[in-house]
Amino acid sequence: MLDLTIARAREGLRSRAFSARDLTEAHLGAVRTLNPVLNAYITVTDELALQQADAADARIARGDEAPLLGIPLAVKDLFCTQGVRTTAGSAILGPFVPPYESTVTANLLRDGAVFLGKANMDEFAMGSSNMTSAYGPVASPWKRRQDRAAVLVPGGSSGGSAAAVAARIALGATGTDTGGSIRQPASFSGIAGIKPTYGRCSRWGIVAFASSLDQAGPLARTVEDCAIMLGSMAGHDPKDSTSADRPVPDYVAACRRGVAGLRIGVPREYRADGMPGEIEALWQQGLAWLREAGAEIVDVSLPHTKYGLATYYIVAPAEASSNLARYDGVRFGLREDGADLRELYERTRAKGFGAEVRRRVLIGTYVLSAGYYDAYYLRAQKVRALILRDFTEAFRHVDALVTPTAPSAAFAQGENMDDPVKMYLNDVFTVPASMAGVPGMSVPAGLDANGLPLGLQVIGRPFDEETVFAVSAAIEAAAGFDAKPDLSLLAA
Amino acid sequence: MSEGAEVDATTYTLDGSTGPWEVVIGLEVHAQVISNAKLFSGASTTFGAEPNTQVSFVDAAFPGMLPVINRECVAQAVRTGLGLDAHINLTSRFDRKNYFYADLPAGYQISQYAHPIVGAGSVEIELADGSTKQIGITRLHLEQDAGKSLHDQHPTKSYIDLNRAGVALMEIVSEPDLRSPEEAGAYLRKVRTILRYLGTCDGNMEEGSLRADVNVSVRHPGEPFRTRCEVKNVNSVRFVMQAIEAEARRQIAVWEDGGTVDQETRLFDPARGATRSMRSKEDAHDYRYFPDPDLLPLVLDEHWIAELKAGLPELPDAKKRRFMKDYGLPAYDAGVLVAEQATADFYEAVARGRDAKLAANWVLGDFFAALNRTGRTIADSPVSAASLGKLLDLMADATINGRIAKEVFEAMVETARDPAEIIDERGLRQVTDTGAIDVAVDAVLAANPDKVAEFKGGKDKLFGFFVGQVMKAMAGKGNPALVNEALRRRLS
Repeated sequence: MLDLTIARAREGLRSRAFSARDLTEAHLGAVRTLNPVLNAYITVTDELALQQADAADARIARGDEAPLLGIPLAVKDLFCTQGVRTTAGSAILGPFVPPYESTVTANLLRDGAVFLGKANMDEFAMGSSNMTSAYGPVASPWKRRQDRAAVLVPGGSSGGSAAAVAARIALGATGTDTGGSIRQPASFSGIAGIKPTYGRCSRWGIVAFASSLDQAGPLARTVEDCAIMLGSMAGHDPKDSTSADRPVPDYVAACRRGVAGLRIGVPREYRADGMPGEIEALWQQGLAWLREAGAEIVDVSLPHTKYGLATYYIVAPAEASSNLARYDGVRFGLREDGADLRELYERTRAKGFGAEVRRRVLIGTYVLSAGYYDAYYLRAQKVRALILRDFTEAFRHVDALVTPTAPSAAFAQGENMDDPVKMYLNDVFTVPASMAGVPGMSVPAGLDANGLPLGLQVIGRPFDEETVFAVSAAIEAAAGFDAKPDLSLLAA
Repeated sequence: MSEGAEVDATTYTLDGSTGPWEVVIGLEVHAQVISNAKLFSGASTTFGAEPNTQVSFVDAAFPGMLPVINRECVAQAVRTGLGLDAHINLTSRFDRKNYFYADLPAGYQISQYAHPIVGAGSVEIELADGSTKQIGITRLHLEQDAGKSLHDQHPTKSYIDLNRAGVALMEIVSEPDLRSPEEAGAYLRKVRTILRYLGTCDGNMEEGSLRADVNVSVRHPGEPFRTRCEVKNVNSVRFVMQAIEAEARRQIAVWEDGGTVDQETRLFDPARGATRSMRSKEDAHDYRYFPDPDLLPLVLDEHWIAELKAGLPELPDAKKRRFMKDYGLPAYDAGVLVAEQATADFYEAVARGRDAKLAANWVLGDFFAALNRTGRTIADSPVSAASLGKLLDLMADATINGRIAKEVFEAMVETARDPAEIIDERGLRQVTDTGAIDVAVDAVLAANPDKVAEFKGGKDKLFGFFVGQVMKAMAGKGNPALVNEALRRRLS
């Protein structure tokens, strides 16, 4: 039952092969066994999940066919959930329990989803390894063939979400992606994940990291499952001024469109020096599959790609430094008292924020400072416009782009930790689409020599997630990816 | 009209040991917008509610909350811009002004720093000598108000009231065109009048819905501008005028002692009649302004602006011109009558279809005096415009004469009753029966043979004495014209 896709689980529920309570209990049992090893969930909401499952069973009995009735999901702990503690992976939120439900999770609940708990993540979504969480790192369920002792990272920042889905302790999960935080962990964990177009999902009720980049999206084990979830998550929300007022298409149908006649672009600038040969080979393989399925492969240029990462690490910290100012110990969350207001701020924020968050708040404060604003922030915004223009230009010639998702497979906990810039390089292929606001999806396409999953990224036009799903589904079908982590190796 | 650039006899100067000093003043007026809801949240804006009862999660900057612009606040800003004869910018933008304070929940104020909604405009002020002067408006922008810190509620703690946090403010910035405390006072009063006419701000300085920051510098006539200081948060017209003089005298003393005035922010202490330093330029905040990524640029439709323009009330300058033209009033009287919309409306209700000059005399004279004496306003006046008009009618149709009218008016102030009733009840109806007048005249002449002789001997002034005696004999009710005529006839 735990190995089902959302699509198959839905059939089982509708045909009464099992109940939502059965499905939820099975997942909660697996959570109890595996979460102590993986640390994928910060909070497990057993009782609430069972109540939601019972409610789903009642709706199913009435013939309700809401798309996610009875489907157990994990929710990244960046989404505010009414009555359920929300941490953003940070100590600074302390025991904060939101009195409101984020729009995206409210949409999922409306459609019948069951929430198993809140998934671990890098603190305030800042990280590519899930090592920065104040609630401890998340272990990937995957193991290197040659080195089973090494504990690998699931990627980040949606690391708990990715690990939970890969380890079969959730059928799907919500994530958020600011520079690659859905796509990179999906790639590391052998699952699918899509960052939709900026504005497609409401940001209301999601703890903000970088407002002009943050987007919610699903992680699941198949492209179709992501399509099912995104169909529920997306939609216009008047409470988010940047939310797009446009209808949500039928993403599941889009998965079956095929790629015949589509033009697929290969951005030459993504051929980074030092890219592992296996990733290059997988990329070529992916393009060959698409050609066989009837697509035309076209070379394109995204000339400002090389500035993407540097630009991102100005814009995102700048916004974060301002967004995180509200964590001051005055109204909610952690408070460390001081002799005066300034000391209260300093002690609260010094204790509440981890090293990576402090680093980015400092970078962001610096690049917005008088005398530096023009050289950093303003210039970064100009380059950002050029990056968007690169994509706009490329999409005049092609319908989608295909690239590797990440420059490597999952690394081990402790690796890449000595140099933050090395860690930032994880996002080199995912950041440009974030900067341009266009949709990007990671689809599992193969394994490296260590038996670790590798993903390919499909990037589409703004609000054309349908083509992204179609291309991703074609890669998925051709790859026939059926590798699973060996959960028996995880016994504590 | 005086330009104020050259010194002439009317230029305001302060004398120092090095000669006369000219004072250069610019005002930043913060006007709280009249609207039901706050600038970016649905919370109510009513003044005087229990602390922290009018606070939404957006105002308190809870995690994941997002601002959504309130269209009515935008409309109010546009109306005000139109009322200030200013350019309306079809595209404007909201920036974040970042600083930490306990009554600023998000750690930033949303304001329009780089691209305000309203550009250059002008306001005409009138001075005591009857001259007028155009004062340039640099800009008007929308921003959020902060909450209130209460430091006097507890020996060691500060209390925070967020009711005001997020209420819309318009900051109206003048050019440094003002040259005296009188001009600054006239400007502030004029801006307040315009705001009240427009219904965009109640102009209540005691409640803090209108506050002024005053920029002051001094110079010898003909010099370029010297360094200015900003006196923050002055909350009455009188204090603005006092603060300017106090600050100008301080700066003159600094310059004349061989020192330099440092650009800084100061506070005015009305009790001491002096300003004191609040923070120096070195301590000035670096606000790290940048465009708020949660909000799209504010784009206005020209048709919408035209609609707002069509819906504007007649403004004080236009009304004054019309009162002078249509009612033949002198500039001063018209100016006083239009200073408050309610006064102007009251006056017009009295004047319409009647002797407009007489109406002005009554409103500006007896009516205002009665309000002052009784501590009432037009809103709760015992004498309505309709009944004052009726009183004028009763004079016009010779039911009573002007002297009796004053008596009737006093009775109206006391009893709030209809003038006709008072006249009937007290038998004050004017006597036009020439027979009765002749009897009274004969009696007076018979009682004063010596005065009659003197009059006939050439002492013409005694005619007034006879009129007075006849009126007295008739208890003031004699028709003055008929009394005059009868006396002249008998004495010729």
